[in-house]
Amino acid sequence: MLSLTCPNCGVQGEETEFAPGGEAHLKRFGPGSAEEAFEGYLFYRKNPRGVHFERWRHAFGCGKWFHVARCTATLEVFGSYTAQTSIVPQNIIDAIKARRPDWEMDQ
Amino acid sequence: MSEATSETVDISRLSERGMITVRGDLTSVDLQYQLTSLAGVDMPSEREAKVEDGRGLVWMSPDEVLMVLPKSDVEGVLGTFRETLGAIHHLAVDVSDARAVFELKGPKWREVIAKGAPVDLSPKAFALGQMRRTRLGQVAVAFWMTEPDTAELVCFASLAEFVSNWLKMAAKAGSFPDYLKEYKNDA
Repeated sequence: MLSLTCPNCGVQGEETEFAPGGEAHLKRFGPGSAEEAFEGYLFYRKNPRGVHFERWRHAFGCGKWFHVARCTATLEVFGSYTAQTSIVPQNIIDAIKARRPDWEMDQ
Repeated sequence: MSEATSETVDISRLSERGMITVRGDLTSVDLQYQLTSLAGVDMPSEREAKVEDGRGLVWMSPDEVLMVLPKSDVEGVLGTFRETLGAIHHLAVDVSDARAVFELKGPKWREVIAKGAPVDLSPKAFALGQMRRTRLGQVAVAFWMTEPDTAELVCFASLAEFVSNWLKMAAKAGSFPDYLKEYKNDA
């Protein structure tokens, strides 16, 4: 079970209070882009064993979206951060590197 | 702690309670002034509930507060909002008939809600003045304390009967797991 902290209201809740929103930081390819890029935007998702960035919504709480960095293998949560960003904040990257020294950002 | 009254929780629906949902920039001084002067309490900060004698403000999310007041005052307060906050971007809606409020009276109210909400309800973790939006069983609720042994719980009106039955079932005498026993000395 995941224990997530909502950065919008500060509540530390357990997984059932939140709704998952899939992979974070997708770049949208809309009308006018190459078909391969559009296909990738629609269908191709990362499925890493290890560090992963996701979107979550505090569905039973304040109702706001936010981002979470966690490990898919151990369910360790490295941190949560605002939804109003397209890049991962440095403090989250530092928190991941403290726990996973070999990990490198691949985007 | 063995007298009969301390072992029961009275569940009652507060049907005369009025509620106004206010959304807007909660850091706006004008909005704060109107909210606090109409409700007669200070502005609640994050996850706070300031309710006195059925009137007050409950923080709901970073851009939403719930104003609680007697049902008969709702029309007047909404009119005041329209007059005084016309130029400020906000939304104020009467949700009195869209929400149901329950009062849980009795020192074991924590045990009742804790049966269905994934929340630490020990007196250390949840005290008078705090509010929490979460789930009760599988429905969304919000609750806060009004007195040391009394809490109020809000849910959608369409779920009122379900929540009422749920609370009454959970409050049956002799059904408490007493998981908060270890906290009694701290309370």
